[in-house]
Amino acid sequence: MDDMALGWWGVPLAVLAGAIRVSTPFLFVSLGECLTETGGRVNLGLEGTLVMGAMSGFGIAYLTGSPWLGVLVAGLVGAMLGAVHASLCALPRVNDIALGIAMLMLGTGLAFFLGKPLIQPEAPPLPALDLGWWSDTEQIRSALRVNALFFVGALLAPVLLWALRNTRWGLILRMVGDSAETARAIGYSPDRVRLYATAAGGFLAGVGGSFLSLSYPGSWNEGLSSGQGITAVALVIFARWNPLKCFWASLLFGGASALGPALQSVGVTQGYHLFNAAPYVLTLAIMVMTSTARGKMAGAPGELSVSR
Amino acid sequence: MSDITRISRRALLKGAAVGAFGLAAPGLSSAFAAGALTVGFVYVGSRDDYGYNQAHAAGASAVKAMGGVKVLEEERVPETIEVQKTLESMIALDGAGLLFPTSFGYYDPHVLKMAAKHKKTTFMHAGGLWSEGHPDNAHSYFGYIDEAQHLSGIVAAHVTKSKKLGFIAAKPIPQVLRNINAFALGARSVDPSITVQVVFTGDWSMPVKEAEATNSLIDQGVDVVTCHVDSPKVIVTTAEGRGIFTCGYHASQASLAPKGYLTGAEWNWESLYPSFVTKVLAGETIPHIVRGGLKAGVVKRSPYGAAVPEAARKRADSVFDAFMTKDYAIFTGPIRDNKGNSVIAAGAAQGQTDIALEKMNYLVEGVVGSLA
Repeated sequence: MDDMALGWWGVPLAVLAGAIRVSTPFLFVSLGECLTETGGRVNLGLEGTLVMGAMSGFGIAYLTGSPWLGVLVAGLVGAMLGAVHASLCALPRVNDIALGIAMLMLGTGLAFFLGKPLIQPEAPPLPALDLGWWSDTEQIRSALRVNALFFVGALLAPVLLWALRNTRWGLILRMVGDSAETARAIGYSPDRVRLYATAAGGFLAGVGGSFLSLSYPGSWNEGLSSGQGITAVALVIFARWNPLKCFWASLLFGGASALGPALQSVGVTQGYHLFNAAPYVLTLAIMVMTSTARGKMAGAPGELSVSR
Repeated sequence: MSDITRISRRALLKGAAVGAFGLAAPGLSSAFAAGALTVGFVYVGSRDDYGYNQAHAAGASAVKAMGGVKVLEEERVPETIEVQKTLESMIALDGAGLLFPTSFGYYDPHVLKMAAKHKKTTFMHAGGLWSEGHPDNAHSYFGYIDEAQHLSGIVAAHVTKSKKLGFIAAKPIPQVLRNINAFALGARSVDPSITVQVVFTGDWSMPVKEAEATNSLIDQGVDVVTCHVDSPKVIVTTAEGRGIFTCGYHASQASLAPKGYLTGAEWNWESLYPSFVTKVLAGETIPHIVRGGLKAGVVKRSPYGAAVPEAARKRADSVFDAFMTKDYAIFTGPIRDNKGNSVIAAGAAQGQTDIALEKMNYLVEGVVGSLA
């Protein structure tokens, strides 16, 4: 009996495993939003994009039998929603935040409507890599069965950071985000650059959504996202518009959301409401600790409506 | 400025009243012209969720199969003013004479308001909330599903090797606690060394948290898990994926876990709902509170899965027979809570219908968990 139970070791293990399992959607959405916001726009609609990606990815995987095709279509649907957001924002006197909320409702509503026949079926899941082969403990093996999309996201974060800092298009995007006037003077159209950035951001958010329905928890239903898209948008501010920090922030959030169930399962049952709220408590705590009067918006793109 | 708002508000009210009358008038005529009974079902979620709503939708299809009745269904109606709008339109536009607002939170104040307003329409609400002074055309029904949970506990106890069972629950309300306790008492009646580990997720539908809870429980050595959440799908598929056993809830999830599904506690609305419709059609009065367990056929259990050993089937079947014939009481003393206090004294028994069970605020000995 005792050899099967991990006891207190189960908590750090669950937090680690949870960090890997739960963080992937946060990671993709926050990387996407990071791109969009670097170009000077906020797309709050990514929650809707996430749900839409989850639905369409699941649907395509179910119909074709190929989960990777599902991921691709989820991304394309996300890119389309992003492009709609960007094109409407390009019209005069359109507020990106208000439009984002409209897009959020459109995305979730559309996904619920189109996803009705998809609640019962089961789609082929995305493959997972077995990194725990060295261990004899079933719990460690299962914790280290890491989904392939997690690695894609983990690789993407440093690549994006590098690209934003060192490539020509990274420079253009940052310039558009910091001063649209300058970009215009040099001859770049801020609207077009933002269209690409928002569509790319939507693509990543859609892919993040497909992780929810095709890997963990691995089925389509209407309560699937429970606000993870919005949380991920907030993560970007917390990560100071740095893709690599988005990665760490997503891991932190994933781990924190695993804390509540993990503590209850080892018998720490008092105050589970507080532990279940751990991700939010954590955000508040870190926000309070890291904000100073002087540098509160350090790193924020100058064109962002929140910093303008 | 204030004058303008006052006038427009008054105009708006007038307009609304005219509009409502316009909607109601053709509705009434169609209701009486059609002759056949129109029955409306309102669900809080999606009706094929492998859970709470699917169980009600199964009842709705049984009503549909009766013939001579028209069935309306609406999904994803939140427990807000929205449900009043849905009910209103089912009555006014479609002439519904019998309504099933199935979610627990619909009752107060929404069903109460609508029932007071539409006295000719019969309202059937799942949850047992009717009390003296509520409208005469409102009714409550509920099932003692803890009896089926008790049987699941007995079966789980025979299958577990680690002697640790898991229970993933949404909120610590009396109905949920009753299920947890009945499950634990069933398991511990087979082997008193068994413990039941509870994880509260905080809400009725939290797919990611439910999956996390299942994984954490399995990491702690739990090898049979059951639940009380709206849709057990995620829990059952996660458990099956990790190779442990499950007992279902609300509806049968057997098809999701061909290897690990043992049995489950299910609603039997498909037998209850047609009986209500028959009564309404015959003009008979339905009692304000309809309740029953296995014996009354309001709840049922899933057929045993392949993994259930012969001894478990025998033991569970004999307790099932005791429910059917001898009014077997699950909550028979001495019962202590998990803090060591005596909650039901030795020699005392709280039977199926005992009102004390509906105020349950403890977890029995052997359950690891707390209410706050």
